Amino acid sequence: MKLLKVLGTKPWLHDTEAGGVAAYAGPDNEAAARIALRFVLAIVGVLFFLFIITFLSRSQYPDFEALAGAPWQPFTDPTRLWFNTSLLFMASVAMQWGLGGTRQGKLNVAVTGISAAVFFTLMFIVAQMDLWLHLQSMGYYITSNPANSYFYVLTAIHALHLIGGLVILSNVVFRVWYDNKLESLAAPLQLCTTYWHFLFGVWLVLFALLSSRPETINALAAMCGF
Amino acid sequence: MQHVAIADQPDELHDPQSFIAKYVWSQDHKVIAIQYGGTAIFVGLIALVLSGLMRLQLGFPDTFDFIDPSSYLQFVTMHGMIMVIYLLTALLLGGFGNYLIPLMVGARDMVFPFMNMLSYWVYLLSVLILLASFFVPGGPTGAGWTLYPPQAILEGTPGYDWGILLMLVSLAVFIVAFTMGGLNYVTTVLQARCRGMTLMRMPLTIWGIFTATVLGILAFPALLVSAIMMILDKTLGTSFFMPVLVSLGESLEYTGGSPILFQHLFWFFGHPEVYIVALPAFGMVSDVLSVHARKNIFGYRMMVWAIVAIGGLSFIVWAHHMYVSGMHPAFGFFFATTTLIIAVPTAIKVYNWVLTLWRGNIHLTVPMLFAIGFIFTFTHGGLTGLFLGNVTIDLPLSDTYFVVAHFHMVMGVSPIMVLFAAIYHWFPLMSGKMFNETLGKWHFWCTFLGTYAIYLPMHYLGFLGVPRRYFAMGTTNFIPESAQTLNAQITIAALLVGLSQLIFLYNILWSLRYGEKSKKNPWGAASLEWQTPDQPPRHGNWGPELPEVHRWAYDYSVPGVKEDFIPQNHPVTAEERTDGEGGHA
Ligand code: HEM
Ligand SMILES: [Cu+2]
Repeated sequence: MKLLKVLGTKPWLHDTEAGGVAAYAGPDNEAAARIALRFVLAIVGVLFFLFIITFLSRSQYPDFEALAGAPWQPFTDPTRLWFNTSLLFMASVAMQWGLGGTRQGKLNVAVTGISAAVFFTLMFIVAQMDLWLHLQSMGYYITSNPANSYFYVLTAIHALHLIGGLVILSNVVFRVWYDNKLESLAAPLQLCTTYWHFLFGVWLVLFALLSSRPETINALAAMCGF
Repeated sequence: MQHVAIADQPDELHDPQSFIAKYVWSQDHKVIAIQYGGTAIFVGLIALVLSGLMRLQLGFPDTFDFIDPSSYLQFVTMHGMIMVIYLLTALLLGGFGNYLIPLMVGARDMVFPFMNMLSYWVYLLSVLILLASFFVPGGPTGAGWTLYPPQAILEGTPGYDWGILLMLVSLAVFIVAFTMGGLNYVTTVLQARCRGMTLMRMPLTIWGIFTATVLGILAFPALLVSAIMMILDKTLGTSFFMPVLVSLGESLEYTGGSPILFQHLFWFFGHPEVYIVALPAFGMVSDVLSVHARKNIFGYRMMVWAIVAIGGLSFIVWAHHMYVSGMHPAFGFFFATTTLIIAVPTAIKVYNWVLTLWRGNIHLTVPMLFAIGFIFTFTHGGLTGLFLGNVTIDLPLSDTYFVVAHFHMVMGVSPIMVLFAAIYHWFPLMSGKMFNETLGKWHFWCTFLGTYAIYLPMHYLGFLGVPRRYFAMGTTNFIPESAQTLNAQITIAALLVGLSQLIFLYNILWSLRYGEKSKKNPWGAASLEWQTPDQPPRHGNWGPELPEVHRWAYDYSVPGVKEDFIPQNHPVTAEERTDGEGGHA
């Protein structure tokens, strides 16, 4: 336990006893950005965690109708969701591939990978919006049922996070473009890639939740004490 | 994730030249801190005026035509929300966090200066949105600072239409601002400390700000989630929180949501929020006490542990705000127990502050007076908290003036005391000038005694059953006449306290312009922020070389050393070595 060790040091003792002056690697931008990313992931994680908890709690009220289960419910057959998932999966893979290319200094791989990632991410968002239209055409409006409300809210918030990622990514890419140094791309691109994988993971959880049958949702809610 | 960051170069290289770059679009943490602080104090004054208006109504009912029941509720709501979020959170973290973190850990700036600047401008935007609600049809929301649905968005509550929306949007924007600032604070503390500044050598101020920021990062999402869902309930008609109901004879479309769910979310944020405000205050007051008592802080490690423990525990006590909404007795028991357990680390801190004073060489300077005042008000408010933490005692007292008295003592006045202590303490560093000592003392005594004149009687009103958030006592005829006399007295005291803040403003503004030039490090403080080559520190803080730290921040009155303090960046000398283990008492 590093934390316990830190909390156990005796700062009133001098140099060596209290960790000395050597324990210092200089200000390090890359490490700082890595730490900041961890906090960002924690924040985003907490945000979705809280949404999911309220989802489970809200699911125990009589007006809640899960979006899967009965044959006429839209996500009983989750084919469309799988299709969208595969788009986001491709985005993640492309990011990873582009990152690999960057590390090896292969400009064309880097450019192709990143462009493909952006393309697939945008496709995912478009496909999600198309899913919205599809649900609406079937009469599943945001207000007709709390399960629908959650579907729209969760997908929208998730998409907003992707868009935020795209903004950061373009910032990173243009900076490198200006500096004309491919080496300096690897570190920030690594962070973007981690973010993309994380959002893919979040999406998988949301997918599982939204396409769960009522029994599953009830069991989860019971586990949380609702 | 790319960023320009720390830029470990001498300041000349990137000292901005034009006025705009220097003072408006500044990325210098010190300028941003002042911008945050100025804005926060400005809205704080609005909240203060609102409290004066409320007190006028309560003290002298039927006298003021321009205060009707609706506007009273609007004043209550805006007063509470502004004080808690837009003043205290912003001033403690955005203001002091920004100013002190880089200086106290020996960095040139925050690690993401651009994001830091953005944080301030987004905060300003949230303030403007909030203030805009005074000018929209229906005025600001009157739902109480807790914004409980369903009433917050139903006809009949003042500002149910525009006011509440602006409030929720403003909160969401504030959270974005806080997050951008918060990422900077935690990362800077973790990554940009100078050579030798181990975590356990950081001043307690930094520990307090750091832990509070982590709490904020984990707690504010709960407020964001509830704000988003309430906005949707209001605008699109979803039923996250809104139950099936009939309003003004009309049945609404809501299909049966859960208002209690909102309460849980709100207080899952709301209780840690108390500590987001309290922990930085704890840290700063520790440093002020230690410097002005010329003694090391008693039990430094215990203080750090207590900060961390309080931070952790603060996430599992939220439902003590919800006893009256009804809950399973087992939950009531759980939340009462955890609440009382928090009292342990908190009490440890109070003992340590007192023990720091014990046999210290106490200088009763203005900051010290405020710091000691804080020990009083905080202990006082903390003790009534122990009462309210118990379900059976809370039930009758909830929603009475006892609660108002309690939370004002513990999270209203106490952090304000520390803020004043901190402003007076660091004013010479920030401005290079000294403030007027006499005026400062007047300000202290008016504020401190006035506080007691306001809030002590409120406890008693609470026992009498005087309800909270009431425009007038109306037909609550079990309350004796004398309560009204007391109310009038409280109002007079409150107005005097409010007015005495003008002394403070005058003192600060006057001293900025005409104040005597301050000596370097006038209090003889050991921590790093006072050891910069210039006072006030220039852009880049440290001149060409970053400092190097050799000791903790509390080497005061070390035996066998001539000066009564040794700065943190002072190397360990042979002479010190000879008298025992580093010459520590
Ligand atoms: C001279 C200073 C102050 C005075 C005279 C004052 C007075 C009041 C009054 C009269 C109320 C309304 C009580 C009611 O009708 O229920 C109130 C509510 C409140 N005050 Fe203050 N206050 C002061 C400072 C502060 C500060 C510094 C804070 C910071 C935390 C604060 C936080 C609150 C909160 C959170 C509420 C509850 C609002 C609500 O019920 O929705 N106040 N205050
Ligand atoms: Cu609480």
